[in-house]
Amino acid sequence: MSHPMIEARNLCFVYPDGTRALQSVSFRIGPGESVGIIGCNGAGKSTLLLHLNGYLTPTGGEMRLSEVPITRQTVAMARRAVGLVFQDSDDQLFMATVSEDVAFGPLNLGLTDDEIERRVKAALDRVGVAHLRDRPPHKLSGGEKRSVAIATVLAMEPDILVMDEPSSNLDPRARRRLIELLRSFEHTRIIATHDLEMVVEVCSRVIVLDGGTVVADGPTREILNDEVLMIAHGLERPHILRHLHPH
Amino acid sequence: MSFGHYIEVGKMDELGRMDSPMHRLDARVKTLTTIAFIVTVMSFSRYEVAALMPFFIYPFTLMAVGRIPPGYIVRKLLIASPFALAVGIFNPMLDQRVMGSLGSHDISGGWMSFASIVIRFSLTVSAALTLVACTGIHRLCAGLERMGLPRVFAVQLCLLYRYLFVIVDEALRMRRGVEMRSMGRRTLRFSTYVSLIGHLLLRAMDRAQRVYQAMVSRGFAGQFRVMRPTVVRWNDVAFMVGWAVFFAAARVWDIPTAIGNLLVGGVA
Repeated sequence: MSHPMIEARNLCFVYPDGTRALQSVSFRIGPGESVGIIGCNGAGKSTLLLHLNGYLTPTGGEMRLSEVPITRQTVAMARRAVGLVFQDSDDQLFMATVSEDVAFGPLNLGLTDDEIERRVKAALDRVGVAHLRDRPPHKLSGGEKRSVAIATVLAMEPDILVMDEPSSNLDPRARRRLIELLRSFEHTRIIATHDLEMVVEVCSRVIVLDGGTVVADGPTREILNDEVLMIAHGLERPHILRHLHPH
Repeated sequence: MSFGHYIEVGKMDELGRMDSPMHRLDARVKTLTTIAFIVTVMSFSRYEVAALMPFFIYPFTLMAVGRIPPGYIVRKLLIASPFALAVGIFNPMLDQRVMGSLGSHDISGGWMSFASIVIRFSLTVSAALTLVACTGIHRLCAGLERMGLPRVFAVQLCLLYRYLFVIVDEALRMRRGVEMRSMGRRTLRFSTYVSLIGHLLLRAMDRAQRVYQAMVSRGFAGQFRVMRPTVVRWNDVAFMVGWAVFFAAARVWDIPTAIGNLLVGGVA
């Protein structure tokens, strides 16, 4: 696994209907960092994530991956390096079986059949769902679907994992397993979520978005403990920190 | 609970993934043989009924060897049957010439052609359904592409099938939402229908957009790839040639009538 740096420089994005989703967003995320992107609904989190692998092209500024701007020419490289896990697993799983779904990405990379088989097996083992490989994805439970969705991305062997709300709609045990899984990864992790308790456990750094701009960027505990800041941007101080730092 | 529990869309995929001698045959060979079957069946004259009967052997053999439950194919056939019935239903009224007799009853040409349409519909549609059930849509599309179908059509066919799930899912969710608030009224006002259908379109498009994002994020560049594409072996060739000979024989000779004559002749 190589360890690229991902960087946003004055990133701006305006949707065709005129909605200004991102306004001059800048940050640098280094190799192996685990970063939470937080902010209220409509703050621009999902729009930002779609820029990280070049699905959306900024209307101003640029995204850079290992010092190379992500453009039409380099987008294939970006998609190989940056794996995106979607909020709704049903959007991500569209093949007839779990193993076919996990093989979809590696097949598109043009790998040999043996290498594809190795990656499918490794990815399913990594998230602990090897026993589901011949099941149709639409009949799995929500937690199983989430695991398979993560496996589909791991099979591409990306350097950077980007996740949109990975803990949403999971029961407590599935959520706990997800947190342990995320903590065990050595990839650079960028996680957009409202689950601030999970951010405390998984991420060492947070970026707070509001109205399409970065309003705070720094160590997780420092920022999430800043009650005034959190409330000003539609968030709140997570309970887990209250217990750790009683007044 | 997902829509998959309500309808049997996913069943076709399950059947397509099974392993049987029929599933292991090359997709191209099965497709070509099925096309030959359909062309032969459609080439009979409009009043032909008896001579079509031997052709039922083809779909039934595929089902038997491919272990496809006939009940499933028959249910799908019934869903599509109104189209065939609508095409042929006026024939008995329009064409009253006497063409044959069954016991003491005269049978008009209209009824003969109506029966012929229904039989041909049953033959061709069950053969096509069985082909998909014992091949799987992905292998079928990949096979079509390797046979020279332009890639854009093969991918369209594949996606058309995939998005069936998307639109049915959205439709069921919306229906549930409406039922929750319609206080037991069964019928909806026209304006509500219009609004529902418009929303269904927008929601299905949004959903399709997200599925596409996920595909592109995993390197999709306009081509569905298949692992271990099959190669044509001697048993594939035997399958195609064997059936071609049978179709030709059943087209040239009226087998049921010949058997009938043989039996009657034997008695006399």
